[in-house]
Amino acid sequence: MSDPGWIREAETGGRQVLSAGGDWTVTGAGALEAAVKSLKPKDEPDVALDLSDISALDTAGVWLLRQAARRYEEAGASVAWEGVAERFRPLFDLVAENEGHKPERPPHANALIAAIARLGKTTVEGWHEAVALTAFIGLATITGLRACLRPRRFRLVSLTNQIEQTGLNAMPIVGLMAFLIGIVLAYQGAIQLRKFGAEIYTIDMLAITIPREIGVLLTAIMVAGRSGSAFTAQIGTMKVNEEIAAMQALGLDPMEILVLPRVNALMIALPILTLFSIFIGMVGGAAMAIVSLDMAAVQFLNRLQEAMTIKHFMVGMVKAPVFAYLIAVVGCYQGLRVSGGAEGVGRLTTRAVVLSIFLVIVADAVFSIMFAAMDI
Amino acid sequence: MTIEPVIQIRGLINRFGRQVVHDGVDLDVMRGEVLALVGGSGTGKSVLMRTILGLNRPHAGTIELLGADVARMDANARAATQTRCGVLFQDGALFSSLSVTENVQAPMREHLRLNQGLMDELAALKISMVGLPPDAGPKRPGELSGGMRKRAGLARALALDPEIVFLDEPTAGLDPIGAAGFDSLIGDLQRSLGLTVVMVTHDLDSLIAICDRIAVLVDKKVRVGTMAEHMEDTHPWIREYFHGPRARAAFGAADRGKG
Repeated sequence: MSDPGWIREAETGGRQVLSAGGDWTVTGAGALEAAVKSLKPKDEPDVALDLSDISALDTAGVWLLRQAARRYEEAGASVAWEGVAERFRPLFDLVAENEGHKPERPPHANALIAAIARLGKTTVEGWHEAVALTAFIGLATITGLRACLRPRRFRLVSLTNQIEQTGLNAMPIVGLMAFLIGIVLAYQGAIQLRKFGAEIYTIDMLAITIPREIGVLLTAIMVAGRSGSAFTAQIGTMKVNEEIAAMQALGLDPMEILVLPRVNALMIALPILTLFSIFIGMVGGAAMAIVSLDMAAVQFLNRLQEAMTIKHFMVGMVKAPVFAYLIAVVGCYQGLRVSGGAEGVGRLTTRAVVLSIFLVIVADAVFSIMFAAMDI
Repeated sequence: MTIEPVIQIRGLINRFGRQVVHDGVDLDVMRGEVLALVGGSGTGKSVLMRTILGLNRPHAGTIELLGADVARMDANARAATQTRCGVLFQDGALFSSLSVTENVQAPMREHLRLNQGLMDELAALKISMVGLPPDAGPKRPGELSGGMRKRAGLARALALDPEIVFLDEPTAGLDPIGAAGFDSLIGDLQRSLGLTVVMVTHDLDSLIAICDRIAVLVDKKVRVGTMAEHMEDTHPWIREYFHGPRARAAFGAADRGKG
């Protein structure tokens, strides 16, 4: 059915005739463009463009035919259109009206200047974001304090729902991760300590690192990836759907309805998850120690009782609500910042996860320095 | 103009769970006509459109789209048919990560091998054809108003100069001036490009202004006819639709426009 388009030059009766035929449609536009570009206008004052053999035509075809005519006109010839079928007339009019509206491509800036401009832009944006995040934290705090005055505003249903989603539903994955980390730590510690004949101190190492650092840090990172991202995606999608605007218009405060329950829920859920993760991590370490390091379970427990103190445990647990606060606030903040559709949701979700993990690690470093100064 | 059906639907049945949406729908769409699909909410107008496009597998019945059975098409035939159909979804459904120009070029890039320069020219042509200013080209869909997004969606639907264009509620959400402008744009493009247009619409003004025939979805079937034929129909929903206060207002306006 398809009939490839063609265009050729010929001389008949002393004048240049350019005849085109076949299908001049977008399907064959690649080949036709090449054919049009290979036309070589000569110094002829008059050229006839004969279209009587054209079987199918669309806007791309018309544009290319006009392009062919333009090549001759630029060479100084006047082009006479011949054999244009009546049914194609409206197409020619349509293209003629709409041609030549191509936007100027912005000129490419100097690469060095562009790099400097990007650096500046990123710095300024980073500063603005820091200010906005601080303001958001302030707003969240005020909303929280105001809710303390009227406890009904804590929205218990929403709070428990969020605790279930961020806490209870996260337990399997957090437990599995903690168990595996316990195994890895016990195994690696034992290999190194065996060289000094101090294998038994593997238990001391587990009893300090897991409650104090690893348990809370890895749980927080897991929760940032799991729940912080969910906060951004949920709130961001609501923003895109104008649900946030609808809330505001109805006199409902998104801070109170969306942000507060999430922040509170995570501040309750993350300490519980941390406790759970410390316990399972110790179980993992114990399993490894008993199975492959030939320690008796009684020996392990005796040693553990001596090595593990409430101090290390408390150091870890104190950090959990702080990490939870950072993750939840960053997640909600980025969600409320979403603009411009599905792409914005994706971009800010990534940003929320990266920023919250970064802030968690910064906070962990600050805690380390603080505890070192306090000799804890 | 030759009378030749480009879409032939026979005995179409669609159901979701226990809910039957279409029960024996027969419909012919002729080349070069503007056919409107109307019906109450939940009568399956959009489902019918999606079924014709092969986005929804029917429970029973056959659909021939441009001479090929939609259900039995292999991947190549499907791609070939898709290049001959353009679709405008309700809110444009533009790809939000691409600019308007790139959106228009997306089908060209997928189905054809063209130079970037030619694609730029053709995209600019299409953008101008649907009445968008040239500076809309580099913008992202998020930066456009609803009416402009629809126009951009139409430009993408027309990217490959299709034979059939499907429009899902093209004038919904536009202001009256914008809606009238969109109607006349569709009418002009339909005449210039020789398009067959299938549009789901509730807009009585569009029905009067540009539609040749109207397919009404009632009682899980369709009744096709011209406006005059539907005016005579005794089915209660059709009577209500074409004789209701809004219909009278639209007819009155159309008559005043002529007179």
